[in-house]
Amino acid sequence: MSTALAESAAGGLNPLRQTKPRYGEKVIRVILFAAAAVSILTTFGIVISVLIPSLEFFSEIPLTEFLFTTTWTPLFANPQYGVLPLIMGTMVITVIAIAIAIPLGLGSAIYLSEYAKPKARKVLKPTLEVLAGIPTVVFGFFALEFITELVLKPIFPQIDIFNALSAGIVMGIMIIPTIASLSEDAMAAVPGGLRDGAYALGATKRQVALRVVVPAALSGIVAAFVLGISRAIGETMIVTIAAGLQPNMTLNPLEGMQTMTSYIAAAGAGDVATGSIEYKSIFAVGMLLFIITFFMNMISIRLVRKYRQAYQ
Amino acid sequence: MTRTRTAATAALAISSALVLAACGGGSSTDSGGSDLTGAVRVDGSSTVYPLTALAAEDFMAANPGVQVTVAASGTGGGFEKFCRGETDANDASRAIKDEEAANCAAAGIDFAQLTVATDALTVVVNKENTWATCLTVEELAKIWAPDSTVANWNEVRADFPDEPLKLFGPGTDSGTFDYFTDEINGEEGASRADYTPSEDDNVIVQGVSGSKGGLGYFGFTYFEENADKLNAVEIDSGAGCVAPSVESAQDGTYTPLARPLFVYPSKQALAQPQVKAFFDYYIANDAAIAEAALFIPLNEEQRAQLEADYAALSGS
Repeated sequence: MSTALAESAAGGLNPLRQTKPRYGEKVIRVILFAAAAVSILTTFGIVISVLIPSLEFFSEIPLTEFLFTTTWTPLFANPQYGVLPLIMGTMVITVIAIAIAIPLGLGSAIYLSEYAKPKARKVLKPTLEVLAGIPTVVFGFFALEFITELVLKPIFPQIDIFNALSAGIVMGIMIIPTIASLSEDAMAAVPGGLRDGAYALGATKRQVALRVVVPAALSGIVAAFVLGISRAIGETMIVTIAAGLQPNMTLNPLEGMQTMTSYIAAAGAGDVATGSIEYKSIFAVGMLLFIITFFMNMISIRLVRKYRQAYQ
Repeated sequence: MTRTRTAATAALAISSALVLAACGGGSSTDSGGSDLTGAVRVDGSSTVYPLTALAAEDFMAANPGVQVTVAASGTGGGFEKFCRGETDANDASRAIKDEEAANCAAAGIDFAQLTVATDALTVVVNKENTWATCLTVEELAKIWAPDSTVANWNEVRADFPDEPLKLFGPGTDSGTFDYFTDEINGEEGASRADYTPSEDDNVIVQGVSGSKGGLGYFGFTYFEENADKLNAVEIDSGAGCVAPSVESAQDGTYTPLARPLFVYPSKQALAQPQVKAFFDYYIANDAAIAEAALFIPLNEEQRAQLEADYAALSGS
């Protein structure tokens, strides 16, 4: 536009007439739209393909039995469909993971953002992010062979070889980078003026970090927590390998448990016949998982938006 | 764990290759030589897997152009793929079920049941378990019954110690699960559900060897490979305690848990030269492969039957 105006001023051409049709622009526009559309269409496709078998499942098994009974044995001779043990397993392991990941993740974020010298930060942040690149199957065997055998067994001799505690601990370690990196981004975005003001009032470094920067970045930090929780709920491989595959209605983390994701993985890898009720149960659990993580992600997006409005 | 197993298999493959080269070198050149190409796809039972996998390794050493893939997604899972024509043969630790055979018939897949080895389904306990050296079929049924609440060894037999019972076993896809529940609990699929199930027998090894009160069951081969980590339980079906072994499985005294192991090749797949060459090799060397893979070889009578069955399937 500005070139067109410049030309019209200089050469007296009609400014409303384009000299050359810009096909390139249109092609780029279409390609970019397609790129955006793929992820949206995929989401719709997933929702539909999970929703249809789930609805068929609930036409045979009442929703109340699914949500409020406590025995989950869909693959056995006398099947029962109470999903609560799987929800319980997911919850227990997620809570353990969060109890590990939030203090350690937030601690490293505060250190990186407020205390670390630029040189240390330059080394530490990428190193921390390497942790996020380790395949979850490796974390799974780390939980089983190292954490359970060498760390937990000496402390709790009665612990099951497959147990919720080691899976939860390792899952917590796995999501530390997510929480640390996102929280650190949020803290780095806190305007320097706030820190300077606090120092001018005689605040110590600790007071600036904990009473000024963390509260100012709180919505971003909470969004990081929620994303971390979503990852923990959706994580599959660690729990499939290390937590046992036994639906277990208990709060005792020393026992083996099955989560929603590890049920899907174990049943999906087997020979459940397409169209059977066992097959549909996989989708019903998937739907429940989808709804839970969908709400978690919605909350996190809201929080991220709120935080953006405040400082940009 | 997996690494040790692979190493052991590789060692076996080498030793058996030597044995086979000495006694059967001529047959591999007869069966097509090394200019064969193509793929052979086998899936099915994890119990039969080590046998077919060793046959595949030896065969591929002689025929580098042929890619034999052997998977172990369970007898039932394997039959589903087999009857959709996705695999050329299926390993099975139980006979094909009527509805599976119907699926195959609907897809136009002809097959034969070949008995390739014998297995002694083995009940295993932890090395530190000094009390359960022999269990009766009734005691096993009491532990594994669908409505069982047995959670401690002292509930199994009054003079057993107070030690929590931790159960491990194959998942519901497994032919081993079907066979065990049928023989012990009287109905296929009838089992308590509160145990740690896995289609991967190494998980059961890991579980039982890691829990003092652990108990699990799987094929004899996995026990032999892990005899340093586990104890096998003798089974008393009314005629005294019998330990699982090559002899007791072959002469039929290890009841009710001795069972035949099968491979089901499809007739259509055998029309492809590389598939036929692989099975010619497998059947001709079955005894040596079974021994090298720590399976229980067939007795004379079963061996003659195998050759007749295979000739009937592939001959026409």
